[in-house]
Amino acid sequence: MLPFSFEWVWDLSHIVFMGGLHYALTIISLGMAYCILKAVVDTKQGKGGHHH
Amino acid sequence: MDSALIPKGLKRCSIGKFYLGIALVGAVVLWGVYAMLLVWIKGLNQTNMNDSYGFALWIWADLGIIALGGGAFFTGFLRYIIGKDELKNIINYAVVIGFVCYASAQLILGIDVGQPLRGWFIFWHANVHSMLTEVAFCLTCYFGVLVIEYIPLLLENRQIDKVPFFHNLGHNMHEIMAIFAATGAFLSFFHQGSLGGVAGVLYGRPFAVREGLFIWPWTFFLFTWSAAAFGPCFTLFVTRLTEKITGKKLVKQNVIDLLAKIAGWMMGTYIIAKIIDTWYWATVTAPSKGFTFMDFYSDNSFYGIWILIAEIVVGGIIPALILLSPKGRSNSTALFTAVSLACIGVLINRWVMVLQVMAHPVMTFENWFLYVPSWQEVATTILPVAGGIIVIALSYRYLPIFPQEKELNP
Repeated sequence: MLPFSFEWVWDLSHIVFMGGLHYALTIISLGMAYCILKAVVDTKQGKGGHHH
Repeated sequence: MDSALIPKGLKRCSIGKFYLGIALVGAVVLWGVYAMLLVWIKGLNQTNMNDSYGFALWIWADLGIIALGGGAFFTGFLRYIIGKDELKNIINYAVVIGFVCYASAQLILGIDVGQPLRGWFIFWHANVHSMLTEVAFCLTCYFGVLVIEYIPLLLENRQIDKVPFFHNLGHNMHEIMAIFAATGAFLSFFHQGSLGGVAGVLYGRPFAVREGLFIWPWTFFLFTWSAAAFGPCFTLFVTRLTEKITGKKLVKQNVIDLLAKIAGWMMGTYIIAKIIDTWYWATVTAPSKGFTFMDFYSDNSFYGIWILIAEIVVGGIIPALILLSPKGRSNSTALFTAVSLACIGVLINRWVMVLQVMAHPVMTFENWFLYVPSWQEVATTILPVAGGIIVIALSYRYLPIFPQEKELNP
């Protein structure tokens, strides 16, 4: 549920519950995005190829 | 092909022997899948759940495996947040076990909801006054964290690691693992607690209801505490079992000893809190609702006082005393006995908090409601256990799970 959903109410319960969910999802997504993007950059720079 | 996938320098059993074992466990998986399809196609009439048992075997299994899987979050918390560096030698296995436990919980919930295609409703049409909503949020997010913690292990496979992108990805994920571990600990604290909170706020069920702090009944804190205490015991139990099956020492004794000691302290303090909680409930809470303590343990053919003794003494005090003693921890038989009893103890606790709650009559004209699960419920509960054995076996064979294995088995 997002704030623009018709069920949304600006009360403490919605803010705490949904805020907590989106907070956790944001950390997980940003963390993974960082790892993947950095891996692309590292690979382009030739890192990690010592196994060949 | 098979030998090229096995970590360098490590010995594994022959491919024939391995896949024979997988096939045997796979037969159990197929039995479970058949039962699962029956439930999905024909509906929940395949179960023995009824108006008295909206929560039944599946919910007990869920709560049980989530508590046992707590070893992943607590070991991660100790390793990455507290800085217990020795635990790096067992954290991989704790993650694999946690991944299996949480995947199992998700699968069982997918069967239990009856209409899994509507599983997303709980996220979009969330009831923000329900502890179970919080459980659903945290459980799925934490499963995501466990997948993220498991991926670097997969990427360390000998062949996958040769691909530079995967090597770099695994390396980067390791670098920021503390952030994921902290997120996992945060999520686990809340969903483990809320699972207990669900029982504690059942005001119409005097066997379960508890006082508490603000909106959280004491069961909220007891469940989180017990998961942190008993989860590492399951990690130690599976590790020892793996050592027995493979005939190898996989983790050094000082690592086992450290985790066992921490689990012992957690369990010892938990069991004191549990005894105080039980005493207060028996002498204050239950009488205030019109019940005596023995009302909950008499007049039925199954739930006697034995179950309380089994949970608190046999599955709590005894393993805690063994794990708190240096002699107990250093003796492999005593240690294995302690962690086995601890696992049984927490499973009894979850059984009591789910099924005895449902069984006890709340109206004066009612009798105890006893319930026997259908074979479909049993098969679908065994299904994730069998699936978990396969995931663990494949992980052990093809991934460098135990950093000390080569040194311990030259």
